[in-house]
Amino acid sequence: MSKFNKPEPQPSIPDRLPMSVTDILLKWEVLLFAIAVLVFVANCQLSPYFLDPWNLSDATFNFTEKGLIALAMALLIISGEIDLSVASIIALASVAMGAFAQTGAPAWQLVSLGLATGLAAGWFNGMLVTRFSVPSIVVTIGTMSLFRGIAYVALGDGVYKNYPLGFDYFGQGYVGWVITFEMVLFAIAAILFGIVLHRTSFGRRIYAIGNNPIGAHFSGIRVHRIKVVLFMMTGLMSGVASVLLTSRLGSTRPSIATGWELEIITMVVLGGVSILGGAGRIPGVVIAAVLMGLMTFGFGLRNVPGIVMSIFIGLMLIAVIGLPILVRRAVAKRQLHTFSNLVEH
Amino acid sequence: MPTHSLFWTRHETALSVVVLLLLVGVNLKSPGFAGPGNLVELLNDTSILVILGLGQMAVILTRGIDLSVAANLALTGMVVAMINSVAPGVPLAVLLVLAVAIGFALGAVNGLLVGKVGVPAIVVTLGTMAIYRGMIFLISGGEWINAHEMSDSFVGFPREKVLRLPILSWFAVLLLILMFVLIILTRLGRNFYAVGGSPHAAVYAGIDVGKTQFWAFSISGAFAGLCGYLWVSRFAVAYVDVARGFELEVIAACVIGGVSIAGGVGTVPGVVLGALFLGTVKNALPVIGISPFWQMAVAGSAILIAVIIHAHSQKTQGRIILKEARTVQ
Repeated sequence: MSKFNKPEPQPSIPDRLPMSVTDILLKWEVLLFAIAVLVFVANCQLSPYFLDPWNLSDATFNFTEKGLIALAMALLIISGEIDLSVASIIALASVAMGAFAQTGAPAWQLVSLGLATGLAAGWFNGMLVTRFSVPSIVVTIGTMSLFRGIAYVALGDGVYKNYPLGFDYFGQGYVGWVITFEMVLFAIAAILFGIVLHRTSFGRRIYAIGNNPIGAHFSGIRVHRIKVVLFMMTGLMSGVASVLLTSRLGSTRPSIATGWELEIITMVVLGGVSILGGAGRIPGVVIAAVLMGLMTFGFGLRNVPGIVMSIFIGLMLIAVIGLPILVRRAVAKRQLHTFSNLVEH
Repeated sequence: MPTHSLFWTRHETALSVVVLLLLVGVNLKSPGFAGPGNLVELLNDTSILVILGLGQMAVILTRGIDLSVAANLALTGMVVAMINSVAPGVPLAVLLVLAVAIGFALGAVNGLLVGKVGVPAIVVTLGTMAIYRGMIFLISGGEWINAHEMSDSFVGFPREKVLRLPILSWFAVLLLILMFVLIILTRLGRNFYAVGGSPHAAVYAGIDVGKTQFWAFSISGAFAGLCGYLWVSRFAVAYVDVARGFELEVIAACVIGGVSIAGGVGTVPGVVLGALFLGTVKNALPVIGISPFWQMAVAGSAILIAVIIHAHSQKTQGRIILKEARTVQ
């Protein structure tokens, strides 16, 4: 009887479904990580030069600059938008810095100009998308052409060189031993973006907008303002990447970083971010960035040209999105089959 | 009834006025620009863009996007150029059919993945873009096929003139008419609009959405395949990087022509005018003494202006759900 007198234990309401071991193993990040480990091990077997700290350190340049933009792009894509103009922003910011450098400006002013250019370009994208409610893919195809066009108008087929002393540190400097400045920057940015997306209300709002913009609007979320902020963040990160890349190359041409936008989007989608918006996590994007860097480096060591590697990237991109859909469909079909069997008997 | 005419809207009128003003304006600065001789030249120069734009329009109408057209073009072009250089005896007609068939097959791969499997179009074509481009390297080993390795008829055919117009331009005219008939008169053409306008409603109306998307991508692919031959023979060279980045110019032609990326809105004359606008700008810049480096910036601005004007004109019609949401705001 005492059983009934005792107060019912308050059931704690979980904010997410409990995960079984198979759930955890089938998590996107875990699968991706497994592939990355596999690629790492395979590379170690295939080339004796792979497992060298200095070589590996060099290999990180394959993904740090693109990865920085991919972090911001992930947030943007989760919110249901996209920015195809990032590579053109790199070119625009690089040309701006190059022109400024010819006047003898010091390194810190160049960096400020590069970041400001990125921020302004991102703001321009965001304003056009929100003010005129035009799909961002169209707006950013336009600005992609416009930004790089301005770079071409300013520089033609010329080249800017003669960057000031100290500017080379950002793309070529080491913090200590084999740890490059770019690596540290990427790690810090990854943690910051992870916190913003997964631990702040701002991050929750991004998911809300991506899942249902109208619903988010009615819930009191300032959809347009957040979208503009996300575009500006993407622009800013493109500015950062522009500083790093320009510093690393030591020169600027208007064709700088051509085609990067597609590699960056591939990185984001490979990282498990839904291109339709509303889903995705930062750790996945980070692992995808490292994975692509490892593959590029490994193929490079085997003298496989980059273009052949792009075949693998393309296949992987389609497979990682397509296979889960097929598996889910097959499972659903089997469940339906057993259900109809039950009904018949 | 669709709210948009499938033939001619205010957008097409405005765009044709812009193109005409552009021609007249440049003609003032440099007489002869709008003369018949140069117009033929201009049309010929824009033909490939027109053809690819028409294929792309079918895809965008169904709410898709085909980023792989330029890679498809380059791969098909490389295949026919290689066949021609190895076996010059193969008749041109066979190569033409082959080009269309290869292009169709490459487009069908996109179509299957989008229409049957259900992978978003931008992901699929981003992937196949890289794959097709890489395949060119695999089959050619990075080598170029140059003019002297191609037979005379292979290179000369698009240049032959019929009624003062080169065959290349006739291809554009022919496909324009074909696409027009397809869009206006056939069930498939109308289904493009239905699927793009509202996929859910299309399902309830008994339209196979996946199949419609499949055909849109296949048509885009077949057009790209044909353009593969046309491009390679026109410039008399085939290499890995042929037409790299051209897919964005094709999409730009559609967008300037009033095709809505959101699907279900767009006309054949609009796309042709959009392509002609870009072609005119490209040809006009050097004539009026502006550095060709301006071309990209002008094209970008044109896309943005077209989109903003279009967004403004669409706002008055508006979709009911969005309109209600807006009044609350």
